[in-house]
Amino acid sequence: MNENELRVFIDVVIDYFREITGDPVEMGVPHVQEGRATLLDHTGLIGISGAKRGGVMVTAETETLRDLATIIVGDGGLDDEEIVDMVGELTNTIAGNVRRHFGTSFMISVPIIMQGRPDDLRLRLKPPVFVVPIDWRTHRMYLSIGLEDSGVS
Amino acid sequence: MMVVDDSVIMRRAIQRYVAPLGIDVVAMAKDGAEAVVLFERFLPDLVTLDVTMPRMDGLRALQEILKIKAQTRVLIITALADPATGIQALKLGARGFLNKPFTEEELLSEVQAVLAADDLSDE
Repeated sequence: MNENELRVFIDVVIDYFREITGDPVEMGVPHVQEGRATLLDHTGLIGISGAKRGGVMVTAETETLRDLATIIVGDGGLDDEEIVDMVGELTNTIAGNVRRHFGTSFMISVPIIMQGRPDDLRLRLKPPVFVVPIDWRTHRMYLSIGLEDSGVS
Repeated sequence: MMVVDDSVIMRRAIQRYVAPLGIDVVAMAKDGAEAVVLFERFLPDLVTLDVTMPRMDGLRALQEILKIKAQTRVLIITALADPATGIQALKLGARGFLNKPFTEEELLSEVQAVLAADDLSDE
């Protein structure tokens, strides 16, 4: 994945938070993951196939997802299922929106939602995995992208 | 109206956003297969339909729904932001297309446009 492609993901995240929350979001300096991935309370993973192969992942704390989901559904309380669902929908929207740049050959799976530290993450995210911190309000999340060209157009 | 999305947050958001229009949400489905079953039972006039879902995706569900009731107004609501997906959905018979993320105002505008277009075609 090159710098321009990474920029596409960053721009999509910025647009998402502007549209949903009206707040600016601050994207941290991207770095290549070394060692084990940083995983927070809840993680959404989208598998990518087609012209690219690998995965896109967002990991966030429960309180981050609660605040974001409350903006979307309003004050009325959220159950655990809805809070967990939020990370899947966020990851799905980011992965789907980058198709504006990558086109229909960038095929996305339905979200896989994880808690804790699954063993097969490395199999899904193709190295090098780029990690981008996302700072929104007082919350920090991480976007991870691990994609390789598949040779399929 | 029926809301179809694999995200419970999005189902709840859409139901909340259309409330000011006085639209009654009679069913909600979490995938295309469930949507077709519930559609046959309730026969809603308007369906909002996600695309990327487990079991049966939204474009396949769109075709099944229109086979059951061809005049159904279907608004596709998806994160897939490439123009080709929108064009395909419209060719398959969707009346409108809205990308996620969206605001309440954007959803209301699209729903009203889909309903208004249908009113004109009925005249």
